[in-house]
Amino acid sequence: MSAVAARMRTAPVLPMLGRQAYAEFLKLLRVPAFSVTSIVLPSMFFAFIGLGNAKEPLFKGSDVLFGQYFLASMALYGVANVMVLGFGISLANERGQKQDLLMKSTPLPAAVYFFAKALSALAIALMSIVVLSFFAAAAGGVHLGASQWLTLGARAMLCSIPFIGLGFALGYLAGPNSAPAVTNLIYLPTAFASGLFFPLQLLPQFLRDIAPYLPLYRAAHLVWNSVGVSYDDISADWLYMAGYTVAFFLLALWAYRRDQGKKFN
Amino acid sequence: MPQPVVELTHVTKRYGDVEAVRDVSFQIDAGEIVAMLGPNGAGKTTSINLMLGLRNPTSGTARLFGLDPKDLKARSRIGVMLQESGVPGMLRVTEIVDLFRSYYPAPLPAAEAIAMAGLEEKARSLVKDLSGGQHQRLYLALAVCGNPDTLFLDEPTVGMDVEGRRRFIEEVAALAARGRTVVLTTHYLEEADQLAQRVIVINQGRVIADASPAAIKSQVAGKRITFTTPSPRDESQFDGLPLNSKVVDDHRVRLLTSEPEQVLRELFRRGVELHELEVAGADLEEAFIAMTQREVRV
Repeated sequence: MSAVAARMRTAPVLPMLGRQAYAEFLKLLRVPAFSVTSIVLPSMFFAFIGLGNAKEPLFKGSDVLFGQYFLASMALYGVANVMVLGFGISLANERGQKQDLLMKSTPLPAAVYFFAKALSALAIALMSIVVLSFFAAAAGGVHLGASQWLTLGARAMLCSIPFIGLGFALGYLAGPNSAPAVTNLIYLPTAFASGLFFPLQLLPQFLRDIAPYLPLYRAAHLVWNSVGVSYDDISADWLYMAGYTVAFFLLALWAYRRDQGKKFN
Repeated sequence: MPQPVVELTHVTKRYGDVEAVRDVSFQIDAGEIVAMLGPNGAGKTTSINLMLGLRNPTSGTARLFGLDPKDLKARSRIGVMLQESGVPGMLRVTEIVDLFRSYYPAPLPAAEAIAMAGLEEKARSLVKDLSGGQHQRLYLALAVCGNPDTLFLDEPTVGMDVEGRRRFIEEVAALAARGRTVVLTTHYLEEADQLAQRVIVINQGRVIADASPAAIKSQVAGKRITFTTPSPRDESQFDGLPLNSKVVDDHRVRLLTSEPEQVLRELFRRGVELHELEVAGADLEEAFIAMTQREVRV
């Protein structure tokens, strides 16, 4: 009896999660096309767009400087970029190479696999925020209070969570060849239309009409608020983010089931 | 009674209109070394996928250690090599072996798994830099690193050269000698003959034979006549001969017959030119060709 029981057991989940997260992190880090662009691109945009007028007020009479606004924008752009592109493209590639087939035959629970992927992407996202912050402070002279730095980092990381769901969904819906195009096609214009690159006041009216429904616009309110832009009430933005989180994860679950049904039914 | 490792009961698998596996029933007990043999598209891979829970049967039931094959407790006891599966190219061999070891409750030391697969020299290499044969060795290392009771190997030697295949067969035979159950599919017939105690022959989704390699050979109980002739494709010279099968490649003709004397007498009488004539007992390959051809004719 005890011999049988000994043979009928599974491996402990926590060490498995640790190993898997580490492996996922290495996989992301060792693809320079992903890791370098994810970690460096926000700083590069800051250099191109933010440096020149970092010390100017955001608009006439504003207490907030353009450098502060753009730092918050790029922090958000960076983390969401990691989630949407990192997940979307790497998952689509892994499916294209049938990496999921062998994993599926091992005793690795699917939940551990996804959680590990999310953790590794969050680590890369954090790296992009840290690099950007140092760059903006050193090269752009952007000043924030200690609590503002922390609030910005925490909010940017929190706001990346719904985009984990979106990345998963894209990874299962897009093919390995179309994934980079599809994700960029969705992500770049939405980032622009949400006012991440230029304040919404400067954008055409039809974009200003769409913006309030975009997840990045809602997330942007939260990060801008953390560097001093004041809004009457940001609870609606938090609610929107919660709603997007649920919606994107449901979409991801549906896309995952659809893919698995095709392959493993 | 000990629990069978694999139990397929009236399993049918349909993809759209195609029946890949038709009403297959068999069980595999602990310690057996079983080769599933059949031509491409016979249903070998589908059968393995059903045993592993990678596919659900359309009807019938599949059990692994008496459990649903998707049960992680069952999967914790098996190691698997699949056809056409991928592994992350940007990990090192040791890293991915350590990763897979973490999935199992009582894994082997990583170095031991890597040595079993003969990959010691490549342990620090990135997976993407491995050759085709080395990839297969990595898959073997991943299959054994969890110290499983049972190995499922789907076409394990595809992409290996002759020497690599010989070594691989020795390694699998060594694993089997230590009491592991091994289920492999192959269309390399000599592999089945060298490794397995039991051969399950599958054709068009059905089991057409399930016996020891020796019994399968004796089922045909024939002789193989091999020779070269200047006009091998002249069909009329073989008309009416009592043949179980005939294979012609280039100039070499291979006939399988239960009445070799009569066939030879008739060939001489017809004045067919025969060079490099050999008559020998049928090996598994001939038995296999005869069985599947008979199946097609029915």
